[in-house]
Amino acid sequence: MTDPAIANLGAPQPIWLDRIGIGNILLAIALLLYPAAASDFFLTQIGAFSLIYGMLALSLMMLAGYGGMISLAQVTTAGIACYTVAVFGANNTGVLGFGWPWWLVVPLAVLLSAIVSALIGWISVRTTGIYTIMITLAIATAMFYFAQQNYSIFNGHSGFSGIKAPEFWGVYWRDPMPFYYLSLGVAAIAYIAVLYGRKTTFGLTLQASRDNPRRMRAIGYDVTAHKVFAWFLAGIIAGFGGVLLVWFNGRISPGTIDVGAAIDVLIIAVIGGIRHPIGPFIGAVVVTLLQTFAIDLVGAERFNTLIGLVFLVIVFVSPDGILGLWTRFGPRMAQESLRSGG
Amino acid sequence: MTTPVQPADPTSLTTAPISGRQVRIVLYLLVAALLAWLIFGIWPAWLNSALVSKKAFVSAILNGLTLSGLYFLVASGFTLVFGLMRNVNLAHGSLYLLGAYVGYEIADRTGYWLLGVAGGFLVLAVIGVVMQVFVFRRLEGDDLRQTLVTIGISIVAADLMQAVWGGTTYQFQLPDWLGGALKLPIVTAIKSNGTAVFLSYPLYRLLVLVAAAVIGVLLWLMLHRTRVGMMIRAGVDDRAMLSASGVNVHMVFAVVFALGAGLAGFAGVVGGSVLSVAPGEDVRYLLASLVVVIVGGMGSITGAAIGALLIGLAEQIGLVYFPTYGVVLTFVIMVVTLAIRPQGIMGKAR
Repeated sequence: MTDPAIANLGAPQPIWLDRIGIGNILLAIALLLYPAAASDFFLTQIGAFSLIYGMLALSLMMLAGYGGMISLAQVTTAGIACYTVAVFGANNTGVLGFGWPWWLVVPLAVLLSAIVSALIGWISVRTTGIYTIMITLAIATAMFYFAQQNYSIFNGHSGFSGIKAPEFWGVYWRDPMPFYYLSLGVAAIAYIAVLYGRKTTFGLTLQASRDNPRRMRAIGYDVTAHKVFAWFLAGIIAGFGGVLLVWFNGRISPGTIDVGAAIDVLIIAVIGGIRHPIGPFIGAVVVTLLQTFAIDLVGAERFNTLIGLVFLVIVFVSPDGILGLWTRFGPRMAQESLRSGG
Repeated sequence: MTTPVQPADPTSLTTAPISGRQVRIVLYLLVAALLAWLIFGIWPAWLNSALVSKKAFVSAILNGLTLSGLYFLVASGFTLVFGLMRNVNLAHGSLYLLGAYVGYEIADRTGYWLLGVAGGFLVLAVIGVVMQVFVFRRLEGDDLRQTLVTIGISIVAADLMQAVWGGTTYQFQLPDWLGGALKLPIVTAIKSNGTAVFLSYPLYRLLVLVAAAVIGVLLWLMLHRTRVGMMIRAGVDDRAMLSASGVNVHMVFAVVFALGAGLAGFAGVVGGSVLSVAPGEDVRYLLASLVVVIVGGMGSITGAAIGALLIGLAEQIGLVYFPTYGVVLTFVIMVVTLAIRPQGIMGKAR
């Protein structure tokens, strides 16, 4: 009883409306019409920002929810994409910046971050459960210090600035409206891909490996390869998130990939819930709203205390995040929590 | 460390005069002799040019050892808590930093540095017990949530500490008898007029090293020679069985948590006196503890010592010889260990 999707597999395929679900359609319409009601600030600082961090948290949710691997290195993976865009694209820092066109830089950035993600995965799948958090945290921290100390590639403490989103089809994609739709489009593709992917053979094998790696190995599945491939896929999602993030900020420095950022992504995923791909996006919206309006509540300096307390309350009250509160009294009650029973 | 038991074959003694063990001992002695010569001998010119200078090399080694001592103090608490409770306390770095601040306040108000050290230990030990009783006992058996809670605590703690102590860097006022430098019987160079130049090294740093070694030995003795230590070790191996045999496991947990948190606080004061106290140190020491216990093996004090030595030395030697890649060296050690022994050098396979 891990996921209703598995239980539904044997049922005859319902008509398309049921398959997509009324909720998803309403959500899509609301998101598409959102720019009509929102100001530029709400479009980018809340809308696009939530979508970007939602994607980063989605890559974590995918690993944690389906693979049982809680990674704190997702922001590192995204950072690789950010730095690739800065180094191979154009920046105005005067260091590197090869000025490649965006259609070359973006695939390269995503590919590199996917490869790095797979490498991180390959290192961390040697251990299980709680160890994964520690190892990915160690990797993320080491990467942060490395980026800060290395000047030949990462340009040290200051990083790169003046990174511009591309301009094509007569649209400058960092303008609020286009950027919102761009983020929405990419996030929607990632969301649908994860939603679809969990029902594929690979997705099911991954979930089975999470639940009982030993049995899967005995049946003859290469559990390690499946997990590393999951990391690769998560790296693709995080990579796209990273590309959007660097276009959004226009700059990248080690501060973007520090431990705080890594933990932020985990907080977003946990607050939202890591049972379903929509969780990270809910979490991202909640955290972004808190971040934006907490200034009125507790002042800008004590924001971390507030978010930390919210996080603590969520962890204590509902292990499955807001999504868990939502479905608390529903039929999904019986879901087993993340603990993989070795 | 146990050496593999050789099969008791009488012929092997006569036909093979050199056993693997003897070869290993000779090898160790050679390495030790080489190290001794590197440290106490007078370097020829080519070696000086290859390794910057003897002074830089020996200082790096000594700094590395001091840092190892600090890392050991922080990581030993971390590894004990993990070994017994399967609780990855990601707030351990915050305990270190809080200990440093508390120690600073006490030392600053009373004027006695030693009181600050004791206060750092005691206050943090109490906080450790409070954390164990009010937080972790409620989530017992749920590793993941416990870890998430420690992340939440570390965020709130870092923010509140910044609220109280601000972003400024604090410097401890060391008592006079701890200040100054000690002239070591290590000749770094011979002047042209024939007089030898001896290496001088801060006395306090040497004392940190000694203190770490003493505490390490005491911890080992406590774990292996006392009743409480026996309970802790039994708890590491099989918690349910320990509880079934009539031991109040929660009491043991509280003791270990107090000890672990207290050691972190102690290390905070001692380490803060070597370096300085500033926001961000919590993350640094958390990373150090993580890497040390990953390399050394979870739940093992000896492992923590070995890991701390490796990481501390690697960090300082890296700082001297390839400054921008020092962190990478630490990282490489971790990856290599994971590749060869995923459970860490002294870790038990579970």
